[in-house]
Amino acid sequence: MISRIPRLARPVLLRRTTPVLFDALIFAAILAAFYGLLAMARYWVGAAIPVTDISRSPWALPRYAFYSVMRIAVAYVASLFFAVAYGYIAAYNRLLQGFMVAVLDILQSIPVLSFLPGVMLAMVALFPQKQLGIELGSIILIFTGQVWNMAFSFYSSLRSIPRELREAAAISRFSKWQRFLQLELPFGAIGLVWNSIVSVAGGWFFLMACEMFVLGNRDFRLPGLGSYLQIAASAGDTRSMLWGLATMIGVIILIDQLIWGPVIAWSDKFKFEQVEGEAPRSALLHILRTSPALEILRRKTLAPIAERLDLYFAKLATAHTEHSVGASRRKELAAWISAVVCVFIAIIAIVYCLIQALALLAHLHSAQILGVLQAAGATFLRVNSALVIASVWTIPAGVLIGFHPKLARIAQPLTQIAASVPATALFPVLLLGIVQIGGGLGVGSILLMLLGTQWYILFNVIAGASAVPSDLKEVADLFHFSSLDRWRTVILPGIFPYLVTGLVTASGGAWNASIVAEYFHFKNQVMSTVGLGAQISAATDAGRFDILLLATVIMAALVVSINRLVWRPLYRLAETKYRLES
Amino acid sequence: MAHEAIVEARNIEKFYDHPDNRPVQVIAPTTMTVYAGEILAVLGPSGSGKSTLLRILTGLSKASAGQVLWHGKPIDNQSLNVSIVFQSFALFPWLNVLENVEAPLKARAMDAIRRRKRSLKILETVGLDGFEAAYPKELSGGMKQRVGFARALVIEPEVLFMDEPFSALDVLTAENLRGELLDLWRSQSIPTRAIYMVTHNIEEAVLLADRIVVLAKNPGRIRTDLRVPLPHPRDRKSAEFVQLVDHIYKVLTQPDATPELAPAVSVPQITGDGKGAKFQMLPHARPGGINGMLEILSDRGGHDDLYRLAEDLTFEIDDLLPIVEAASLLGFVRVHEGDVELTTAGREYLEADMAKRKRLFNKAALEGAVLMRQIKRALESKSDRRLPAEFFHDTLDEHFSEEETVRQIETAIHWGRYADLFDYDAGSDSFYISEENRPAIEDNDSIWV
Repeated sequence: MISRIPRLARPVLLRRTTPVLFDALIFAAILAAFYGLLAMARYWVGAAIPVTDISRSPWALPRYAFYSVMRIAVAYVASLFFAVAYGYIAAYNRLLQGFMVAVLDILQSIPVLSFLPGVMLAMVALFPQKQLGIELGSIILIFTGQVWNMAFSFYSSLRSIPRELREAAAISRFSKWQRFLQLELPFGAIGLVWNSIVSVAGGWFFLMACEMFVLGNRDFRLPGLGSYLQIAASAGDTRSMLWGLATMIGVIILIDQLIWGPVIAWSDKFKFEQVEGEAPRSALLHILRTSPALEILRRKTLAPIAERLDLYFAKLATAHTEHSVGASRRKELAAWISAVVCVFIAIIAIVYCLIQALALLAHLHSAQILGVLQAAGATFLRVNSALVIASVWTIPAGVLIGFHPKLARIAQPLTQIAASVPATALFPVLLLGIVQIGGGLGVGSILLMLLGTQWYILFNVIAGASAVPSDLKEVADLFHFSSLDRWRTVILPGIFPYLVTGLVTASGGAWNASIVAEYFHFKNQVMSTVGLGAQISAATDAGRFDILLLATVIMAALVVSINRLVWRPLYRLAETKYRLES
Repeated sequence: MAHEAIVEARNIEKFYDHPDNRPVQVIAPTTMTVYAGEILAVLGPSGSGKSTLLRILTGLSKASAGQVLWHGKPIDNQSLNVSIVFQSFALFPWLNVLENVEAPLKARAMDAIRRRKRSLKILETVGLDGFEAAYPKELSGGMKQRVGFARALVIEPEVLFMDEPFSALDVLTAENLRGELLDLWRSQSIPTRAIYMVTHNIEEAVLLADRIVVLAKNPGRIRTDLRVPLPHPRDRKSAEFVQLVDHIYKVLTQPDATPELAPAVSVPQITGDGKGAKFQMLPHARPGGINGMLEILSDRGGHDDLYRLAEDLTFEIDDLLPIVEAASLLGFVRVHEGDVELTTAGREYLEADMAKRKRLFNKAALEGAVLMRQIKRALESKSDRRLPAEFFHDTLDEHFSEEETVRQIETAIHWGRYADLFDYDAGSDSFYISEENRPAIEDNDSIWV
């Protein structure tokens, strides 16, 4: 009898201990997060300190990293809610649809820094005495760099929901709430997840610009990783730069492991495919799913709340349909009138702003306008040289990796780590080297654009090359194609759609990167070169709103027209002529 | 009719809006009724608006004109208790089987315990007990459609609508499911009072339905409405069954004949839209398909029963009809009372070599197909012999829906290329006649082989 007890008890005990241990970990994490939030809140509602003295000691790094992560996290959560709301309204409101999509297109092409003066001044005016104002300003800046692609992704997901699924929801009499939870949000989930990853990476890229900047005669510095790196760069302190860089890479890898890994594995169930494929796995997700504490929380609290909400909205919808037709017609009329009023007010506001903006621009000398145009030309050349240089090495390298699975297994993780490091953080180190060689920012800025954007091309080429069917390659072998023929008839057409996707993203990224690449505070002085990005940064520093406005408008116009005139036709070609169908 | 009418459509019409404000009619004024106690099958070729009609009757889509009544009251101000079984199943892939089935009950604000009980019961009825926690992607097609049936039946719909519910399944699975559905219906283990089924499979309709409505296309309208007097279980091999299938086949293949008189009237051409008509629809058939059909027909002695031909080839009528129509348009076959027969021109075509075939096809297409003639002439009237596809698109879409216009142009490209009439350049999206397509080809064809 006695001998049987341990045998029975042991597996049970073993099964219990592991999750209990993890439960303890989860509680600890929640406690830590709670304390962090409290500390953050105390600091935020405290008196405004526009210029924080940024310490260069490595011991300050954990605190700075925490502040930066919180800023990016708050901005990201706001982006997520905004993106879902914006995408939803744009997809369903027929009056506003065209307008909202066009606005998205333009906002996407406006560089983050151009929002800076307006956002900062508004926030500081709103909370003049509190640190909250400056912090909110910084967070909104990060938000403007993250939100647009997510909104666009959710919008296009909503538009591509298959007709029969929509009809199934309608014939089952789903309320709008149920339709959102069981059809729209799940259908858009995968797009939202991938765009979230891209957006957060963008947040890291512009972190330095968003945490420390000069606006006219005011100097803003917020404690964080971005400002730490900038201060270290200004002082030419290589040791601190490396410490800061190492911390940033560490945090990014940690976030990748702790958040994106589980999220990607979890979102696999939203894949809209009818057959089962290889699913991504995450150990952490498995722990979270099997944790008894979380299970109790889910069963006892979350599920009943969700159930009540569901039933509440279902009853509301049922009551609604049983109302007379007249009521719904009145409601329709009211909605129409309010839409017209909104559009009317919006038009007045837009016209007023336009007049003000034109008045602002009217003061500009022709020499200044010419200067901005020249700068636009210089940046145009720089962006395209960066694209050409990137293509020259990434296409052969990508094809090599894509064609050789063994090589891909080694190269893929390495390139992913390299790509996850925000180029802006590496920039000071690189610039130090360039200055020592005797180079200037003219060439250096191309290098920075390259660092930030070449990965988009590389990853897409690898994907394209590994998708080229092996029978096409075998045909090339069979007929003894020369390497030139092989490239012309098999490889380039095969990777073309992927290459175009990579180039589109890289081009947009390079334009945006020009603001941080062409103008840089380094060793107590400003380094800059002729370029549109430099114009925008310098105008922000000097508080020259007229030049800022002009340069921003020109940049947005250039990016939008390049997209329309070059990339969209190429995209169409890629989708029709160069599509490989199995 | 002893039975009570549940759904009535009175003179309903459907138009689709068009950029030029010239609406395209997809359903001509149609009046039909769904009675309690019947399985109604709606049969028709593609383009006959059978799916649109289903969506109007269920309130998913609004009729452009006319009225839909449920129990004598207009459809607009009542909430219907209906459900649809879809061809593509339309299950939510992120919900498991149980959650999928519970979803419509949740929408009706039913509490969790009753929801669970009802769902489990219906899952047992359709033979899915034990699969509650599975996700749709883990199931086979037949199992998925069982979930589709469970989700539709769980709300105990008054009328069960089905939009080609078996056509995405393999033959055996479909046959099995049909039988089970019929058992449920006939044993009255489901409280559903009528079943409305859209299909393009004649045998399926005759096997299941109490009444069959056959639709004609362009625009969609009712051709005939007939009862199926056969007792259940029905035997596919029985003479009455085969006769009925044959009759419906004839109705479908002779768009202009009056169905009641069909056996007595001989109709030389099945292209109902007529050679002389200004706008005739090109049947969606590729030259390769036409050649294949002609060769099979020749192997079978030059003539055969259309229905038998389709059955032996395991083709649905929707697949075979356009090919036969095309061959008839080209004058290669003659269709007569549901029989198809090779003509002299057809025999000559079959015996010819590749180059000659192209020449014969060229001649026949110019004679028989209005659209081919129009494109050729339009191109020849231009000095550079090139016109954007948009030009033809614009003239066609006055008469066809957007989707049909695209198919018409695609078909014309296939025919034009095969017959060396003209070519199409995808890069510039335009039609052109190249030097090689010039009539010179007629004189010495040997060098072109």
